[in-house]
Amino acid sequence: MAKSIDVSDLNIYYGDFLAVEGVSMTIKARSVTAFIGPSGCGKSTFLRTLNRMHEVIPGAHVEGKVMVDGQSLYDPSVDPVEVRRMIGMVFQRPNPFPTMSIYENVLAGVRLNNKKLSKRDADDLVEKSLQGANLWNEVKDRLNKPGMGLSGGQQQRLCIARAIAVEPQILLMDEPCSALDPISTSAIEDLIHQLKEQYTIVIVTHNMQQAARVSEDTAFFNLAGAGKPGRLIEMNPTKKIFSVPDEEATEAYISGRFG
Amino acid sequence: MTSLQTAPDTIAQARVRRLPRFAPAIAGAVALAAGTLLGISLGWNVAGIVVVAVLLYLVGLNIWSRLVENARAATDRMMTSLIWVALGLAFIPLVSLLYKVITKGAPQLNGRFLTWTMRNVIGEPGGIYHAIIGTLLITLAATVISVPVGLLSAIYLVEYGGESRMARWIRFLVDVMTGIPSIVAGLFAYALFAIVVGPGTQFGIGGGVALSLLMIPIVVRSTEEMLKLVPNDLREASYALGVPKWKTIVRVVLPTAMAGIITGVTLAIARVIGETAPLLIICGNTDSSNFNLFGGQMASLPVFIYSSYTQPGRNPEILQNMAWGGALVLIIIVMALNLIARIAGRIFAPKTGH
Repeated sequence: MAKSIDVSDLNIYYGDFLAVEGVSMTIKARSVTAFIGPSGCGKSTFLRTLNRMHEVIPGAHVEGKVMVDGQSLYDPSVDPVEVRRMIGMVFQRPNPFPTMSIYENVLAGVRLNNKKLSKRDADDLVEKSLQGANLWNEVKDRLNKPGMGLSGGQQQRLCIARAIAVEPQILLMDEPCSALDPISTSAIEDLIHQLKEQYTIVIVTHNMQQAARVSEDTAFFNLAGAGKPGRLIEMNPTKKIFSVPDEEATEAYISGRFG
Repeated sequence: MTSLQTAPDTIAQARVRRLPRFAPAIAGAVALAAGTLLGISLGWNVAGIVVVAVLLYLVGLNIWSRLVENARAATDRMMTSLIWVALGLAFIPLVSLLYKVITKGAPQLNGRFLTWTMRNVIGEPGGIYHAIIGTLLITLAATVISVPVGLLSAIYLVEYGGESRMARWIRFLVDVMTGIPSIVAGLFAYALFAIVVGPGTQFGIGGGVALSLLMIPIVVRSTEEMLKLVPNDLREASYALGVPKWKTIVRVVLPTAMAGIITGVTLAIARVIGETAPLLIICGNTDSSNFNLFGGQMASLPVFIYSSYTQPGRNPEILQNMAWGGALVLIIIVMALNLIARIAGRIFAPKTGH
């Protein structure tokens, strides 16, 4: 089920502004790939091109190729809405739907996509997704309470449950722990370890220890200066990146000499 | 001490002398007494006495505070007093208006007043049933026209138009529409239906059209503001689940903004329900109840009040009293609408779970 992603020579634009230049990489199926790099280097922008969320911003577009299991993501015949059903996303700030209960939040993706579910199937799906997000035990007695009433860490796990309820094949996470305390962060990292059995996971993080803890592969992005496009500097197995990186810039960044 | 240091070294130095807690009350009483004495001796009326008392209070408290406390405390007391005076000034028209309408109108309210029309009523008090029906029907028609147009325009402006040239033009035209005098809206509707139906047409739906011209810009602007308040995070969360844009708007954005939209619509209704001029032109007036928006003249509360007061006929006393009763009913309807808006806002507000 889980799929791999091949990116070749991807240029990402906001209007006329080239934000990320010439990215080529392969993201392996059923593994965790981490993107690290200083702020503004384009790692989140790049992540958003992987499920065509980038083009939601007016004027934003890309050049180059993104292949998911041999199919081009940016082929004119590909419907971006379908792409996003297949490639889920978790955002930096927890964003449960404020008008919906916990139960409805988990089902939101399925319900809003017009799938009819029997009450039993819906109950099962909610339980399965919340179990999958390690949240079931904390909320099973208050499924009809608003999702906004949960703590930040719980809300983020609710968002993960909502994302995996539509059964995507790839899960993109954009700094999912940056708004959370260490305990919630640890809960989400445990969850990432479990989820990689089934999903291909790509995670953007500012926290290099986190990248080292959760990922198999790490990609380091950097930009030459303000106003210059971001680039992929190096992508290697995480162990190698954090011990003997190929590039001098990577070494400087992870050892804290700049960035 | 010639030190340049302005910060106190000890808490003892930070202590200042304070006026007693009831100083404003004392100053107020003294100012009022002085103002009254001066006013009576010079033969002023109540308004003059109050103005002089307020001025004496502002100056007196300021000087007293400046002498005992310090300049900062005096300024503080001055500004506090000025703000209270401004609040009082703002309340005078509201309270006196409500007082006048309630004292004049309340005696009129009874079963007969609310359930009778003015048909064949001569020389005795009738009722305003026909005007209430007319007002409610015409306002309902205006709402039915304005809400879809206004809501969809606002959705276009926020979700699709953005800062495009088209959206900027629409925003500009909506702002222009906000400034249309209501009489012009009435004349427009009158002229429109003169072409469509025939010259001299007067009926309820025309009033609905005229009022909707006044309502649409209010609905567009308030809805636009509410939709802008919906965090973009929610739209992105929905897109990321593979939900199409239109469904994101219908199922995520609109419900989140619903409380504010309902409040905006209700306030727009409250704004137009008291319009007189356009209805006078396009709806005319009648003494009987008319439930048909599409045929015949239709009475409404504002027009009833206007005509009862300006053309009371042979029994001016009776009809003018009825006009006050009608005004009270109109105010009650507007207040009820505001109350409904608040309750609906609370019901539809996003839940926080606490």
